[in-house]
Amino acid sequence: MAFDSLQAFLAMGGHAPYVWTAWCVTAALMLGSLVHARAERRSLLRDLKRRERRARSELSREEVDDT
Amino acid sequence: MWAFIHKLGSPKWFYDISERLQPWFWAAAALLILVGSVWGLAFAPADYQQGNSFRIIYVHVPAAFLAQSIFVGLAVAALVFMVWKIKVADMAAAVMAPLGAAMTFIALFSGSVWGVPTWGTWWMWDARLTSMLILLFLYFGVIALRGAFASRDSGSRAASVLAMVGVINIPIIKYSVDWWYTLHQPASFTITSRPSMPVEMWWPLLLMVLGFYSFFIALTLMRTRSEILRRESNKRWVRDLVREDG
Amino acid sequence: MQVSESMTAMEPRGGLGVAIAATVRRDLILMLRRRSEIINPLVFFALVITLFPLGISPDPDLLATIAPGLLWVAALLATLLSLDSLFRADFDDGCLEQLLLAPQPLPAMVLAKVAVHWLLTGLPLALMAPVLGLMLSLPTGSYLMLAASLALGSASLSLIGAIGAALTVGLSRGGVLLSLLVLPLYIPVLIFGAGAVQAAILGDGGMAHLAILGALLATALMLAPWAIAAALRISING
Repeated sequence: MAFDSLQAFLAMGGHAPYVWTAWCVTAALMLGSLVHARAERRSLLRDLKRRERRARSELSREEVDDT
Repeated sequence: MWAFIHKLGSPKWFYDISERLQPWFWAAAALLILVGSVWGLAFAPADYQQGNSFRIIYVHVPAAFLAQSIFVGLAVAALVFMVWKIKVADMAAAVMAPLGAAMTFIALFSGSVWGVPTWGTWWMWDARLTSMLILLFLYFGVIALRGAFASRDSGSRAASVLAMVGVINIPIIKYSVDWWYTLHQPASFTITSRPSMPVEMWWPLLLMVLGFYSFFIALTLMRTRSEILRRESNKRWVRDLVREDG
Repeated sequence: MQVSESMTAMEPRGGLGVAIAATVRRDLILMLRRRSEIINPLVFFALVITLFPLGISPDPDLLATIAPGLLWVAALLATLLSLDSLFRADFDDGCLEQLLLAPQPLPAMVLAKVAVHWLLTGLPLALMAPVLGLMLSLPTGSYLMLAASLALGSASLSLIGAIGAALTVGLSRGGVLLSLLVLPLYIPVLIFGAGAVQAAILGDGGMAHLAILGALLATALMLAPWAIAAALRISING
């Protein structure tokens, strides 16, 4: 352990603003890209499902029309 | 070998295999980054010259490594796409470029923040930072060119050509910027190159680098899978998959 | 009948040479008829150089220290300005498609076009630079090096720039994108070109820099024609 207390850890020997800014921006960007990828996938699947349902309902309507 | 490449080229095969691989890479990324962060932030000894500000190295160096590797990966994917017409390679390239730009930005930002305690200024025309800045512009060019074409196929192929041209230029740019830097700032000190770094500082860095690479692979797999669904949405297997899913 | 016979007789030998000579001649004639396209980059070069003393200071000592970099950056931007028209006219009137369909290898034909571009923009810029250097009180002894480094470097600039021009020729608003694509790739040439002039000022001769510029040109000559040809195929075939 390089620090004696939590306070010392957070203060980073006086370099707190720099160390924590760099780390937080990195974490934010990486988590952000992860969240974005998940949201992208979810909305895409929702879209595809909606399209599939519409295609199927149109198909069944055509069948009704035919009979 | 050829059979393998062509199998890899099949979007469906890639979709299935990546589904199985993905959790492993996510787990590896989470574990490595978590252990590396705690080790690097709390347990690694402070630097005798820079004090605790050196702990920025644990995000700066992995991001910089990854930023350069992703561009090489982009060029390899471009080559595979152009030579063997493997569409999955282009889909991967399309999702890799924004992540590469993000990593370049992280490297630039953390380097510039690091500059404040070490150089006393937010920006220095340091060789590494300058090369990173140029790399960021190269990423912007590839992303912008892909989006500029009305037809997706033209955009893909144009971006592929540019990625290959860029990857040939990166070593030349790096070399010339290094040369330019030594000419203009002979006796300045570079943040990340030091004669010797104690082992206790190296281990967390290694973990972080590996963790960032795992994160990149996992995220690329995930987004490539989405891209496959988007581009192949009219294929039978995608429609079956969507129907089964609910 | 006679004509076609003579053509088939000529084809196997000198087909490529004839085609290249014809392309060079045609491009030269076309460009010389549209003189404004040759003159515009030169005027732009002179204008940009005029702006700097007005924006910074007329102090000769200060100007002399920044002159090599200024001249090189301004020449580089002037080259960039001329790139958009490199394939534009041929793209609009369909000549480019003819070039693609021709039996001669496209990289060679493209190289001929780039050579004409360099002859009518890079070379005039290099010849004009010493005059502007005079206005920026560039130290004596570096004028020849300025012209030589620009002449050599602008050939690389034309080749690299042609890749960007070929990639964006099919786009309606390719101009800004073109500069985004090309400028990062210009950096090595700029560093060694301006370095050559600086070295000449310091009494170093700068021959080493010229050698590196030559090496960059050789690399560009080997690789760029293929990239330009591939890019043109993408732009034309949509």
